[in-house]
Amino acid sequence: MAAPDQYQPHASRDDAAEARYHRRAFLVMMVLFIGAPFVVYPVFVMKALCFALFACAFNLLLGFGGLLSFGHAMFLGMAGYAAAHAAKVWGLPPELAILAGSAASTVLGVVVGLLAIRRQGIYFAMITLALAQMVFFFCLQAPFTGGEDGIQSVPRGRFLGFLDLSNTMVLYYVVLAIFTAGFLLIYRIIHSPFGQVLKAIRENEPRAISLGYRTERYKLAAFVLSAGLAGLAGATKALVFQLASLTDVHWSMSGEVVLMTLLGGMGTIFGPVVGAFAIITMENYLAELGSWFTITQGAIFVVCVLAFRRGIIGELEAWLRKRRGG
Amino acid sequence: MTDDIILETRGLTKEFKGFIAVDRVDLKIRRGTIHALIGPNGAGKTTTFNLLTKFLPATSGTILFNGHDITRENAADVARRGIIRSFQISAVFPNLTVLENVRIALQRSLGTSFHFWKSESSLDTLNDRALALLERVDLRRFAQTHAGELAYGRKRTLEIATTLAMEPELMLLDEPTSGMGHEDVDLVKNLIKDVAKGRTVLMVEHNMGVVSGICDTITVLQRGAVLTEGPYAAVSTNPQVIEAYMGTAEAAHG
Ligand SMILES: Nc1ncnc2c1ncn2[C@@H]1O[C@H](COP(=O)(O)OP(=O)(O)OP(=O)(O)O)[C@@H](O)[C@H]1O
Ligand SMILES: [Mg+2]
Repeated sequence: MAAPDQYQPHASRDDAAEARYHRRAFLVMMVLFIGAPFVVYPVFVMKALCFALFACAFNLLLGFGGLLSFGHAMFLGMAGYAAAHAAKVWGLPPELAILAGSAASTVLGVVVGLLAIRRQGIYFAMITLALAQMVFFFCLQAPFTGGEDGIQSVPRGRFLGFLDLSNTMVLYYVVLAIFTAGFLLIYRIIHSPFGQVLKAIRENEPRAISLGYRTERYKLAAFVLSAGLAGLAGATKALVFQLASLTDVHWSMSGEVVLMTLLGGMGTIFGPVVGAFAIITMENYLAELGSWFTITQGAIFVVCVLAFRRGIIGELEAWLRKRRGG
Repeated sequence: MTDDIILETRGLTKEFKGFIAVDRVDLKIRRGTIHALIGPNGAGKTTTFNLLTKFLPATSGTILFNGHDITRENAADVARRGIIRSFQISAVFPNLTVLENVRIALQRSLGTSFHFWKSESSLDTLNDRALALLERVDLRRFAQTHAGELAYGRKRTLEIATTLAMEPELMLLDEPTSGMGHEDVDLVKNLIKDVAKGRTVLMVEHNMGVVSGICDTITVLQRGAVLTEGPYAAVSTNPQVIEAYMGTAEAAHG
């Protein structure tokens, strides 16, 4: 037990250690990502980066807001269509097309959030799933989405007018910059006054209400932020692949992001990134297994839920903490 | 004098699918007093709290706080008016530190609770106030501990500190000493007496030692309805109360 006067309010030992760990892990991650395209196929890493951002956005809602959305694909996919449409039909430059995609998802997030946020637990998941199905059918039928074909050969253009995205390396570092900006924004949201309230609501909503917090507004704000950031990922992905398609609004995509987040470690900072890379790598190398791939994925999910509740990063952090403490 | 009354209920009733949990309760809580709500298990005490704090909608009846009709308001708004409750089962934020638990209550006053772009360290300006509150309940040395790791009694005192941080005009405490050892009960009893200065407390309490020691008025509920009301001496010698409640309390004591 520490004596009261040893207490330092601004940098308690725990907080400082955690901040240091986050900073180091972030540096390692950045070094890996900066070097990655020289070792691995860049398009593969870009795909994984888009999914990593998608999973981080999802984790903001699930891991820190305690809300399980089962329809997050609608934000990824809708942003993809909006960005692709903006770039191809309106001829907007890539940065504006990405913003347009993200804005579309944010607006969709407001609408879906208003309808879903009052529901708790499984009902919340069901409502988001149902609304995502409606969005899917809208995308299947609406004229501008191109139906089964999607929107193809989306022009990449020049980012900010001077970065030629037809060059794969340039594209890669722009994608990495977008991922990093999104990642840091999420980190900041988690470690903000708003993030504090969000965590309190996740921990004990009635208590938060009894302290005068109108918790639904905070949950709605978290939902909209998560939707907008998922949209940022989807819009970027559409430019990378020059394609917006039904795959990204399909319910299985909503399931995949749950899987990525749980596998990597929900409620951790780096877990969703690790989970996304793990799943995308598996998809890449196990693709020839065909339907066996889905079964493998399902098996991993089961093992994860049964044995590694906290996910890869969650288990790792718990192990490190125990080693340091004991 | 009517403005001496901080909280009043008229015919407050709650029905759960035909079962009447709170039955036409008329309460008058005088400002500046410690008022106890007692009664056997299932009498409707917690339900009454839920009605007063709008965690449950009343089936009928009115609730007046400082003369305002708050019957139709929502829970967060009632809290903003100055009615802050605690819960029967301890209600801390387990994965936040003890300091953060209290700070959450102070944080709303900064008006930055929606600022997702601001750094968490902007909340450090509240640390001194939070620590002073922790000092008051003897938890300062646990400031950096996760609230979930505290012993049960300390969780309850943390709740009181968090509630106090709201500077409530009216504090509702639901069994603040339940599950505590003897020394802790005395500590919390004195703490409540201390914090009650300058505010009003309505508490549910099973421990008669606490009730007789600090409460000015006692309302006895039985099967949802008010059985009797008065100071401890009068209530404790009321034969109906002895039959309905004191017997079981005595048994629990012995
Ligand atoms: N949400 C609910 N739905 C149905 N019945 C309920 C509900 N909440 C409480 N009750 C019932 O209302 C009655 C009063 O419950 P309440 O929790 O208010 O009792 P209490 O006086 O606080 O008892 P205790 O001393 O055990 O805490 C009980 O019979 C309980 O079963
Ligand atoms: Mg009760």
